[in-house]
Amino acid sequence: MTSATEHLGLGSVDPAGGRRPAVSLTGVTKDFGNVHAVRGIELSIQPGEVVAFLGPNGAGKTTTIDMILGLSTPTSGSLSVLGLEPREAIARGLVAAVMQTGGLLKDLTVKETVEYTASLFADTRTADDVLADAGISGIADRLVAKCSGGEQQRLRFAMALLSDPALLLLDEPTTGMDVEGRRSFWSSIRSDAQKGRTVLFATHYLEEADQYADRIILISQGRIVADGSGSEIKSLASGRTVRATLEDAGTVTTALAGITGVDSVEVRGDSVYVHTKDSDAVARYLLTQTAARDIEIAAKGLEEAFLSLTGDHETQGAGQ
Amino acid sequence: MSSPMSSTASIDPNTRRVPPLGGLNVTMLKIELRRIMRNKRTMIFTLVMPVLLYVIIASNAKYTNERAGSGNVSAYILISMATYGAVLASTSGGAMVATERALGWSRQLRLTPLSPVAYIVVKSLVALTLGLGSVLAVNVVGILTNKADMPTHVWIAGAVIAWAGSIVFSAFGLFMGYLLPSENVMQVLGPIMAGLAAIGGLWFPIDKGSVLDHISAWTPIYGLANLARWPLYGGAPHLVWIVNLAGWFALFVAGAAWRMSKDTARV
Repeated sequence: MTSATEHLGLGSVDPAGGRRPAVSLTGVTKDFGNVHAVRGIELSIQPGEVVAFLGPNGAGKTTTIDMILGLSTPTSGSLSVLGLEPREAIARGLVAAVMQTGGLLKDLTVKETVEYTASLFADTRTADDVLADAGISGIADRLVAKCSGGEQQRLRFAMALLSDPALLLLDEPTTGMDVEGRRSFWSSIRSDAQKGRTVLFATHYLEEADQYADRIILISQGRIVADGSGSEIKSLASGRTVRATLEDAGTVTTALAGITGVDSVEVRGDSVYVHTKDSDAVARYLLTQTAARDIEIAAKGLEEAFLSLTGDHETQGAGQ
Repeated sequence: MSSPMSSTASIDPNTRRVPPLGGLNVTMLKIELRRIMRNKRTMIFTLVMPVLLYVIIASNAKYTNERAGSGNVSAYILISMATYGAVLASTSGGAMVATERALGWSRQLRLTPLSPVAYIVVKSLVALTLGLGSVLAVNVVGILTNKADMPTHVWIAGAVIAWAGSIVFSAFGLFMGYLLPSENVMQVLGPIMAGLAAIGGLWFPIDKGSVLDHISAWTPIYGLANLARWPLYGGAPHLVWIVNLAGWFALFVAGAAWRMSKDTARV
């Protein structure tokens, strides 16, 4: 990989001599009437990075991806894809996207769909090539309407590979795939990334983001709330959760919150959840000072890190 | 641990080209035509139905004997049915965008170099090809059944005008296709087209100067119906026919352009 860097590097260097980011957003905002969908995003993604985009619904994830794809324009700020305007990059076949649903004509065959798409690009791989790569040569003459969800997803992927894009955007790419399908999908994505293809994917599988992305970007309420590797994101919300069964837990919440290291205390029915940096102290208190039983101690996963980060942000937002 | 971030792009953006003509090409046109021919409903309504209507109505002995201009009434009916077929075919072709939007295909196309103008051109070419098929079907059956009688130049002129003028309705189909986000937009447009054809004078002749005639003159099919039958009667075409056709064309194009710009603002 390192030996290939020098001669492959030519294209990624702009005339000024700097390295051209695959995606660059500067102070990007997007309003829909009174709704501020995106409230100022600064983002630079380097060629070859595999980046996960995470965020709850309405976070501004899709709006941001739409702007990168040139499907909508920012209200303010600037945005470039491989140093070009998004539409320019699309016209050159440098950007491709795989959507989760739709985007296919039911009354075309698989091969016709790929040939149709291929005909629109100035430079393209052959239909047979990408069908083979996507593993759907065997159903080339089948009507799209008769294809399963998984086959349609492979077809979308085949279409995205036609122009050999430098940037690939994926929206929930492995939905509906089985474990094996997911694994082989990601291994092909990773090997393409090593050749310099940049991949930006949105996913609800936080585990998938942690496993396959070099970098995770959390978006909430139109802003980036965290940006780092999976382990960095997890350490941002470090600590453990102590859960115990305790009747009348409401009477000890103040005492629990007073223990050194405790971030928050939650009571849900007969259960009490204590988020803390010092789980031993909380467990000791619960066992010696209360009637608590069934104590469980768990490290926070990315899911919890995600919830606590976006949750914190919401609290801050409300306080402003 | 190896870091993929240290690899660099093997793709040089400067070597990538933009396709000519906004992506317009023969392959996509061929696939589009194959696609529309696969649609049984469209084929029946645009190719079979006008022919059947002609055969049923024009075989009436009363119409073959009665004269109309330089031909007989069967010829008048032939031109009317060819016009109806062309109008319906062009509308169907344009209205395909409704299905394509509903399926997310339009959004998919916007992730390719295909320009919106090239897309509209392709849709119009498909609509016109289907319209040509419809006009030819009615005329060929008209020749074979030997009921219509008119000079050869009237056959040709009537067919050409009916076909060329139907482009107005591919704009109408596009406008409706962008306005009605439905997969089965022709189920709505079919009855509307039948009604417009009746009031426009394609189903039965409308007496000149009657109240119905005055109403008819404001409807979109009136201009084309009269222009297509004009070679049968000769003389100068009425200005109102041309104004009608051009006016509705302008309106449909403006409507389609307006809806399209709304559409591209946010998919």
